[in-house]
Amino acid sequence: MNAASATTGIASAPATQPGPPLWLLAELTYRCPLHCVFCYNPVDFAQTSTELSTADWLRVLREARAAGSVQCGFSGGEPMLRDDLEELVAEAHRLGFYTNLLTSGVGLTEARATALKQAGLDHIQLSFQDSTRELNDFLSHTKTFDLKRRASDIIKSHGWPMVLNCVIHRLNIDYIGQIIELAVELGAEYLELANSQYYSWAEINRDGLLPSREQLERAEALTNDYREKLGVKIRIFFVVPDYYETRPKKCMNGWGNVFLTITPDGMALPCHTAKMLKGITFPNVREMSVQDIWHTAPGFNHFRGDSWMKEPCRSCPEKEKDLGGCRCQALMLTGDAANADPVCDKSPFHHRVQEAVAYAQVPNAQRANVKPLVFRDPKVSCQLAEAGSVTFL
Amino acid sequence: MNAAQTAMGLEARPRVAGHFRLQWEEVQKAWVLLYPEGMVKLNGSAGEIMQRLDGEKTVQALIDELESSFDTSGLTQDVLDFLAIAQRQGWVKP
Repeated sequence: MNAASATTGIASAPATQPGPPLWLLAELTYRCPLHCVFCYNPVDFAQTSTELSTADWLRVLREARAAGSVQCGFSGGEPMLRDDLEELVAEAHRLGFYTNLLTSGVGLTEARATALKQAGLDHIQLSFQDSTRELNDFLSHTKTFDLKRRASDIIKSHGWPMVLNCVIHRLNIDYIGQIIELAVELGAEYLELANSQYYSWAEINRDGLLPSREQLERAEALTNDYREKLGVKIRIFFVVPDYYETRPKKCMNGWGNVFLTITPDGMALPCHTAKMLKGITFPNVREMSVQDIWHTAPGFNHFRGDSWMKEPCRSCPEKEKDLGGCRCQALMLTGDAANADPVCDKSPFHHRVQEAVAYAQVPNAQRANVKPLVFRDPKVSCQLAEAGSVTFL
Repeated sequence: MNAAQTAMGLEARPRVAGHFRLQWEEVQKAWVLLYPEGMVKLNGSAGEIMQRLDGEKTVQALIDELESSFDTSGLTQDVLDFLAIAQRQGWVKP
């Protein structure tokens, strides 16, 4: 008996036989009342065709569960904008999923919370400090604070565990102490201080959002002080932005290995930003079952294993550790998704990351020709898509 | 961890902790613990122990049951070691 080595974690599977899609992210809608400058939804989201119907989603849930999915995240956009959310949660619960709702809290009324509890919802992740437009509200504890307070009170009163998620960037990172204190005051069990990563809207706004090294180090030190002070009362995760690393992260725990995202119009993706990889055809759940998508769709096999790798990854002794990093970041910064993620200092394109980091050290007051932040907005989305601005380099 | 970290004795009646859910996953052929946005896949032995925790049964009764089910003896230390880990991870409450 060897019970002590209880966990196997989530191991990577060989290219020929992927493990089950353990994580199903159901992006129910791109509609959202917020306008976050760091949103990871595609920049051209407003051109998305019709949302999946309730019947489509129910089928997707059944197929994914049969394929071995066990965590289900209902996300968006703002998933509360779907009137059938309760019905979908109830079916996911009945199927044996652990159900997570990822929400801004806008629309989380007592009545809907009661219905979601009855439907069997297991957990709510509440995002706060949603947009820089609201930064002042937040910092002055006015509108946003009241909304989050109401939402978190509702979450707590129904007995859900609460994860607070706050996207951290250049404009709010210096207030990380206040953010932690707010999370404690609201009674969160977990706090995710997730530094913005630079995809989609955040990529457009990168220069305005990437913190300086000094900001980052101060925030991390302060977070560690709070961790020590608060002990087990609240678990705080601090996610460093990739740009300050010299080795890339193993993106999505390996391409097509664990994560399956379904977009509002039914496109199946191995990660929530992979739609930007224009050369790859991704399947749609309207035309293919989840089982077939996961096991046979070319889009999902494209970057499985390591046979697609180029140098310096191909001969790198660390290639199994990070699998070459993020394909989207490689595309955005080098123009080729099969290149090494340029976060890696072995990449011949690493200087492009270094240039962005160097610019992040320049104080705002000393910057010339500062581009204004672009807020996520359907009208802007259409303009950007039509102007063909969604190109890289 | 601190106060909760006293070792679990044979008279304790452990249960799966509040925000964790234990279930059998047919596709993985394993017991898993589910929690907000995460999963722990248990190995065979850990699964056999965890599925028997009900907050009523003592650790001693659990050991007796396991030894009888698997027609073996001398599991006490293994079970206590696992429960110590599981308690430290927050998966079980004494």
